[in-house]
Amino acid sequence: MAGKKHYYFDYAATTPLDAKVLSAMMPYFAEKFGNPSNLYELGREAKQAITESTKTITDILGCHPDEFIYTASATESDNMAILGTARAQKDKGNRIIISRVEHKGIISVCDALRKEGFDIVELPVEKDGLVRISELEKALNDKTILVSITYADSETGTIQPIAEIGNIIKNFRTKTKSSLPYFHTDGSQAAAYLPITVEKLGVDLMTLSAHKLYGPKGIGGLYVRRLTKIDPILYGGGQQNRLRSGTENVPGIVGFAQALRISDSTRRIRTEKTKKLRDILERGIFKSIPKVVLNGHKTKRLPNYLNVSILDIEGEAILLHLDHLGIMVNTGSACNSQSLEPSYVLMALGNPYEYIHGSIRFTLGKHTTTGDINYVLKHLPIITKKLRAISPLNLDMNQTASISNLKAFIGGQTPHFLRKKK
Amino acid sequence: MKKPIVKKVNTKPATPIKKTKQKPDVVNKFTGDVWAYSDIVRSHFFEPQNILWEKPVDAHFDAEGVVGSPACGDVMRVWININPKKDTITEFKWRTFGCASAIAATSMLSVMVTEKKGMKIDEALTIRPQDIMKRLGGLPDRKIHCSVLGDKALRAAINDWFKKTKQFTRIVVEGTRVVDDNTKVTEADIEEAVLEGAITLEAVQKRTKVGIGNPDCIPRVEELIRFYREKYFGPDAK
Repeated sequence: MAGKKHYYFDYAATTPLDAKVLSAMMPYFAEKFGNPSNLYELGREAKQAITESTKTITDILGCHPDEFIYTASATESDNMAILGTARAQKDKGNRIIISRVEHKGIISVCDALRKEGFDIVELPVEKDGLVRISELEKALNDKTILVSITYADSETGTIQPIAEIGNIIKNFRTKTKSSLPYFHTDGSQAAAYLPITVEKLGVDLMTLSAHKLYGPKGIGGLYVRRLTKIDPILYGGGQQNRLRSGTENVPGIVGFAQALRISDSTRRIRTEKTKKLRDILERGIFKSIPKVVLNGHKTKRLPNYLNVSILDIEGEAILLHLDHLGIMVNTGSACNSQSLEPSYVLMALGNPYEYIHGSIRFTLGKHTTTGDINYVLKHLPIITKKLRAISPLNLDMNQTASISNLKAFIGGQTPHFLRKKK
Repeated sequence: MKKPIVKKVNTKPATPIKKTKQKPDVVNKFTGDVWAYSDIVRSHFFEPQNILWEKPVDAHFDAEGVVGSPACGDVMRVWININPKKDTITEFKWRTFGCASAIAATSMLSVMVTEKKGMKIDEALTIRPQDIMKRLGGLPDRKIHCSVLGDKALRAAINDWFKKTKQFTRIVVEGTRVVDDNTKVTEADIEEAVLEGAITLEAVQKRTKVGIGNPDCIPRVEELIRFYREKYFGPDAK
């Protein structure tokens, strides 16, 4: 694709590495390559780099350096928070409360724990994507060992009231005179735009990921508040306070710290700029294309997120037409997923399947320009018109329930993605 | 000669439809999954053939058929004109709601049916998803079952024609096609068996006795089992 301009609108998937981050990482590949566990100079050098990086990160989080563990990804951090708590606290209880809009790294590990006898409660969300807090209060009991609610979900970017949830949990713990349940949040998507001071959020565990912050892939982190007892999920040489064995990814850690430092110092400006561009895109789409539905919360949403359903046409077809023009977006359509199931996050919002198939997610980033937005606004209406011309559908905008009755399905049967749930 | 195509994006208008056989182009070297589309699929997607652009007027078409559901993500509607003397399909127009492979597959079907002055109705009734796929140069595995529904929409339209012209004996009800003449086991029976968890030939035979004493139909039965197994349990089901 050399020579062709890219219009990248998938910053929620990953971000390009910042040049400053790369140059900070470079010495730690071949030159200062030592193993930080060793006492000689090369080892000490690497150890020093980690110590400094950790200080940078934990200063931003407002926590102590020994409260932060490096992992290989947000998925690993999520797994560590959930599995680690489950294993360490299984004598105290077996209930884990999550929401229906969690990252797969949470949902899948909870599915596995359910088979081991854990009682997993999935909180429903409102139509705008916000977790029903009242349901959380109902679900909390003396068997609850962990609550994990995403800071902002990865499909609609809807921001959950983490501090409020943190307070509810604190009050519950005071009332029951217990240190449980712990409170975990996945801050991977939110960290680039929202404050991540752990004290204010009231979390005991928080997942972060470097590659969503213009840092390298392959490095994530987990904030673990002191006195939060979790078991490791990787065993070995006992690195990182015996919580995460394995030789540290020194260049990754250095890159992570640099990326978070830059992200933190530019947060306010980036947020303003990105929100402005996102709003132009949002208004433009709603103005120029009829029958568009917003997915997620109207205002309590990450400033770089725009997830819309364009009715009567299918997401993958839109995606490929956009790709043809160099525009890269994401869709929650079933046709785009390995499992051929529509996005479970959008399903949790209670939208009919018909809407989800036409969903398109734009996520902006620091390299997005007004020109990029105008380019999309020029082409998306044309693509929509073309695909609508060849579509036999004409859905009702005010439809709230699933439109098709089951007899309309092929052979009058339940579709495959509903069948499996039975 | 095969061209090396690595995620090449064509900025020019879609090229005319090639008739050469092609494999889907990009294979994920880690998983082996074929995830991109062949050039034929691509050109049919960007330049679909025989679309009904104008408003459908009943008088203009002899029959129509529809299959799929918006909730599933695929709907195909086809309109046909028929030459009653020659018993051929002279015109095939369509509209599709669905992904790239759904659009391309319906487009390809429209070409197959109308090329060479129109296909005989009896021949059109035998078109299977695999025939369309072959002409498309293949599709990613997981796409086959959901997106290639055009043949069913076409059969629905032909049945509509049979009803309108009172040729009731010729109507083929979907899913009732007999697979094994001895046992009279139908496609729907196989589907039901698979849905109930019989996902191997042995298991299906235990329930239906299909192919016992008539080994000629076994390849077709195995094909159907695989089709329904992947449709309902995903491509990884074993």
